[in-house]
Amino acid sequence: MADISIKGLHKTYPGSTELATNNVSLEVAEGEFMVLLGPSGCGKTTLLRMVAGLDFPDEGSISIGGRDVTYLPPQDRNLSMVFQSYAVFPHRKVRTNIGFGLVMKKVPRDEIERKVAWAADLLQLTPYLDRYPAQLSGGQRQRVAVARAIVMDADVLLMDEPLSNLDALLRLDFRAELKKIVQQLGSTTLYVTHDQVEAMSLSDRVAVMKKGQIAQLGHPITVYEEPADRFVGGFIGSPPMNFLEGRVTQQGALEVAGQSTDAPEFLAHTARTGGLPVMVGIRAENIYLEQRGIPGTLDATVEVVEPLGHATLLTVDLGGQTIKVQVASTVRVSSGERVGLRFDQSAIRFFDTETQLGLTA
Amino acid sequence: MSHTKTTETTTQAARQQPEVDRRPLARQRRNRMLLQAACIVITLFMALPIYLIALSATSSRAALQEFPLSFIPDNFSLETMETFLQSTGILGGLINSVQVGIFTLLLSLIIGVPAGYAVARFAFPGRDPYQLFLLFTRALPIVVLSVPLAQLFLQTGLYDSVIAVVLLHTALALPTTILITSSVFLGVPRDVEEAARIFGCSPVQAFLKVVMPMAIPGIAAASIFTFVMSWNEVLGASILTLNQRTLPAQVLTSLAESPLAYRFAGGFLLVVPALVFIFFMRRYLTNMWGSTIR
Repeated sequence: MADISIKGLHKTYPGSTELATNNVSLEVAEGEFMVLLGPSGCGKTTLLRMVAGLDFPDEGSISIGGRDVTYLPPQDRNLSMVFQSYAVFPHRKVRTNIGFGLVMKKVPRDEIERKVAWAADLLQLTPYLDRYPAQLSGGQRQRVAVARAIVMDADVLLMDEPLSNLDALLRLDFRAELKKIVQQLGSTTLYVTHDQVEAMSLSDRVAVMKKGQIAQLGHPITVYEEPADRFVGGFIGSPPMNFLEGRVTQQGALEVAGQSTDAPEFLAHTARTGGLPVMVGIRAENIYLEQRGIPGTLDATVEVVEPLGHATLLTVDLGGQTIKVQVASTVRVSSGERVGLRFDQSAIRFFDTETQLGLTA
Repeated sequence: MSHTKTTETTTQAARQQPEVDRRPLARQRRNRMLLQAACIVITLFMALPIYLIALSATSSRAALQEFPLSFIPDNFSLETMETFLQSTGILGGLINSVQVGIFTLLLSLIIGVPAGYAVARFAFPGRDPYQLFLLFTRALPIVVLSVPLAQLFLQTGLYDSVIAVVLLHTALALPTTILITSSVFLGVPRDVEEAARIFGCSPVQAFLKVVMPMAIPGIAAASIFTFVMSWNEVLGASILTLNQRTLPAQVLTSLAESPLAYRFAGGFLLVVPALVFIFFMRRYLTNMWGSTIR
């Protein structure tokens, strides 16, 4: 087990002028579960591949456990990896697949057998040890890939979207299982995903990436509740955070869609000249439905009602801007209905309209 | 509320169904029968001549003249084959042919498999011209090449040797070997190779332990192509040899003035080794791990 230290990584793929990673620095503590989250093309997989040694950076350095590994080939880095496509060896039985890395490391045979049995037991693969991967289901193949990675006792465990090829139900099951296993092992883990739910549920810390750079790094709940910029707020959460064009009036009130509510203290203070434009961000679950006309509510019209079972998702028109509102499934509301919306003041976030960065007190 | 709804659906389902049109089912069955019939016809088309040659080669000389010809091997005799094998140059030709076939196979795999891998995996400068250039070797007919080739081999002192024919056949076989193996290497996912690297393989080890075994079907196909091509190739072998003839070259020279029995025996001996080779390599063609490589 070891920590990972990444400093100033630059990488451009041949034949491309765009930086795949642009001056990325990241510290992953020993035993930490770090998730790299971002849309496709944000450089998260590139970053992982450079840590793995499958790609080499143009500039910058990577060290694992205090040892420089920037340009070492993958086999000399003492790490293991779970691939998105499983990448199990189809010509080898499950048993030799799991033990492959140990055989390459010339571990004694009885030791290999013991470890393979342990991993197979942990991942419920014991009945399938003498089968070929082609005879397994997708979920079982992914278990083989995980088993192959965890028997290695590697310094670092890398995972490249390991759940994205599984169907939804299996993914949910396996996610919890994976968390349990990694917690048991306590290994330093770098996990790439584009699924914000995975990132939230698995990580100790999450690094949200955008265009080759880390947009925000932090505890998942912090990232969820206090997104550093509009991109992060819009990427994390389902449905994504609502963004409304607003303005802080000279009197220190917040004006959204031609209606005004109270502005928080810090913004009212900074209302230097009249009409400071701000981007208002609020999550769907922090908006409450009220009777129309109650003071402090905004008038809106319900456009679409989507019952989800555990809650009901409303698409609401608020003075020409469309937002999502999540209400309890017991709430009876129909499309076309005119309602009042009340924002949970403590959950409102503000963003600069130009830089898109979050505004804080 | 929910109860009434369930009942509603059930009554609807119980309503009279329109009559089922079973014609598509019959059509499907008919098409399957036709496919079977086509398979049988094609198999007969390929197998019948081979059977007749085998029959004639293992019958006595007298039986060949009988009319009508018997389709059952009732007068089995090795007389024809024995005479054929004892003719001058046949046994030597057979040995030469086997040698040429095996060495061509080995040499073309040793050169062709890494080349196929390089073409499939690496974007090196000049890759496209290289692939085109490969096909050029087959673009020129061997008749055109024969004179310069003969001259070249005479100069280097390789003329009239097994090595000369091996070199020629390897050159002829390489394009197909490279193209077939490269297409198979393309089918081996890069992830699997990368996984091998992560779990402790050097690039060469990853190739030998993971990529090669996954490419076995393609390598088998290329082997069949190469061996059968080498076994059947006459023209080049005839030009480059005089005394060290391969079997087809030897048979060809004496075919015109030989009796019918000799021809059947020669034909039989030419067909059998290629068939045996294909028979053994066949199981590698369909891959060995259950279903498709993925």
